[in-house]
Amino acid sequence: MQLSRRNVMIMGAGAFVAFGLPMRASAAAEDKIAEFTGGAAMADTGITLTAPEIAENGNTVPIEVSAPGAEAILVLAMGNPTPGVAQFNFGPLAGSQFASTRIRLAGTQDVVAVAKMKDGTFARASRNVKVTIGGCGG
Amino acid sequence: MRGMEGSDMISRRDFLQTSMAASAILGASSFGNWARLAAQQALTQDQLLQFDTFGNVSLIHITDIHGQLKPIYFREPSINLGVGGNRGAVPHVTGADFRRLYGIDDGSPSHYALSSGDFSALAQAYGRVGGLDRVATVINAIRADRPDAILLDGGDTWHGSYTCYHTAGQDMVNVMNALKPDAMTFHWEFTLGSDRVHEIVEGLPFAALGQNIFDAEWNEPTDVFPPYTFFERGGVKIAVIGQAFPYMPIANPGWMFPEYSFGIRDENMQAMVDEVRAQGAELVVCLSHNGFDVDKKMASRVKGIDVLLSGHTHDALPEPVLVGETLIIASGSNGKFVSRVDLDVRDGRMMGFRHKLIPIFSDVIEPDKAVAALIDEQRAPYLDQLTEVIGQTDSLLYRRGNFNGTWDDLICDALIAERDADIAMSPGVRWGPSLIPGQDITREDIFNVTSMTYGQAYRSEMTGEFIKVILEDVADNIFNPDPYYQQGGDMVRTGGLGYRIDINQPQGSRISEMTLLRTGEAIVPSKNYVVAGWASVNEGTEGPQIWDVVENHIRKQGTIRLAPNDSVKVIGA
Repeated sequence: MQLSRRNVMIMGAGAFVAFGLPMRASAAAEDKIAEFTGGAAMADTGITLTAPEIAENGNTVPIEVSAPGAEAILVLAMGNPTPGVAQFNFGPLAGSQFASTRIRLAGTQDVVAVAKMKDGTFARASRNVKVTIGGCGG
Repeated sequence: MRGMEGSDMISRRDFLQTSMAASAILGASSFGNWARLAAQQALTQDQLLQFDTFGNVSLIHITDIHGQLKPIYFREPSINLGVGGNRGAVPHVTGADFRRLYGIDDGSPSHYALSSGDFSALAQAYGRVGGLDRVATVINAIRADRPDAILLDGGDTWHGSYTCYHTAGQDMVNVMNALKPDAMTFHWEFTLGSDRVHEIVEGLPFAALGQNIFDAEWNEPTDVFPPYTFFERGGVKIAVIGQAFPYMPIANPGWMFPEYSFGIRDENMQAMVDEVRAQGAELVVCLSHNGFDVDKKMASRVKGIDVLLSGHTHDALPEPVLVGETLIIASGSNGKFVSRVDLDVRDGRMMGFRHKLIPIFSDVIEPDKAVAALIDEQRAPYLDQLTEVIGQTDSLLYRRGNFNGTWDDLICDALIAERDADIAMSPGVRWGPSLIPGQDITREDIFNVTSMTYGQAYRSEMTGEFIKVILEDVADNIFNPDPYYQQGGDMVRTGGLGYRIDINQPQGSRISEMTLLRTGEAIVPSKNYVVAGWASVNEGTEGPQIWDVVENHIRKQGTIRLAPNDSVKVIGA
């Protein structure tokens, strides 16, 4: 068997993309939520967050948020080094309170959306999005 | 009727449960009978096909054929662990426990077809299973009872053999078209590359369905793969909704079909169910490649699916599983089974069913002559290559199971020997027929367990720490307690490496005691090891094809004798 240094090098670099453990929510992310809500309680209904269970590509993960009657929706990637993703503000003439975008995830983590309703109450939705090596499915 | 919606719903579930009980007691699934027939050695085609036609609609389900045109041996798993809410629930029941659960006698044909244990001896007695010419006979017999029966192919059809690889799926397309399916959904088909998939799908004389096949750029449904199609059968308007494998670009190389995005998308599934109901569907069928546990969860979340035909995880269940008001049917793999589901649809709803999982005992069921000739025509140009004997085996060679099967041990041995590696890794796919002791190993047999469009065998240096990351990642893809995070494969197979796995721990804490078997020393996180593997999902992977690596190894060995493999210690089963 001829040892091929080239083959070793190629696969060493590219065989798998390294992902580690699920990323915990950072204090910075919790602070962002507290800042947005002023520490108010959040309902778990009234907002829908749609995200894939497992990301096909962690660099561009499609998400959708919808909260009928919301004034603003804050979206956070709880485990990212910079957790803030977006804040969508809806004016009084907005036909619907819906937004879709793509976000980048540094690893497996919760994506959280918080809606501020017109009556001053808040609602929260969370989805765990897994970023995986993959490759062994059956 | 409208006003009675509430009580009507309850009585319908009672109807379904009564049907279920009746099928178990009266032997609509024929299980009780088979044990006696086995004792008499008198199993016949008529008995396998016996079915009192019921209701007004018949569905025929076949799935996960993986390119197997000819009869094969296929050993069901002896280890298939469920986690979370699915611990101990079917299909996570194997061997003798499975037989007790369904009242199957030891040594009976059903034991051989549906469960592990005494496989080599029973294989000698009962012979091979599958063969699409036998499947054709079964389909024709059902159509003789019910001419407008709907045949549904759950996918993983255009993949998995020498001829399938060399014809880019054309052999399977030609033979399946002769069986006249009415609709299909997909998984491994996409590993032919999207250009080839488009080329085939454009010429298909039936519907190519997938409500979860989206355009990757715009995250919108595509025109190529519609979400559903309608049939009128027995005076009933039937919708069939397709559900392709959700994790295609993750479990398989996404770069081969970059135009597409998948995912479970159960909110869109609900929207499709509502849409077809609004268009008058009286019966909603989901043709799924989700995998069984994912299908159970989806059935609990999406309301209004009457029958969910489940594929991907290769489970064969003799009775449907009822989730809410949805019947889930699991029809096995590799051409080994066909499910027949007769339904009574009245007043716009499914009121009862009769079901039979028909095992294709190839020595009992007569081949359909036309399809047999068509199969031989596909194989003729390659016959010399297919039948070349590479070696023999004294050991039972099989793959299915959560951890290494003996085929995997042989493949890992080949990778270590031929690629001069410390450690080997082989993907935990669930396809690949078995060979029984005393059989020749032909080139076709090797392709049956290795064939794919990304079979290059890589050789790489990895740190001990990174090897653990891989094992933890793959383990979470099978043992995550939430089925929606499971990809439906088994654990990555390892050679030269032992480890302990506690399946009930979270990711990062399942794997311990990693040992380099060659030296018996613990794997050092910071140390580099040479790892040989195959089926990388990354573009540009270099190396010889895995089937050539395995063939070279078997040639050198002559006769394969594998020592028992106890290098993986499983905790929490």
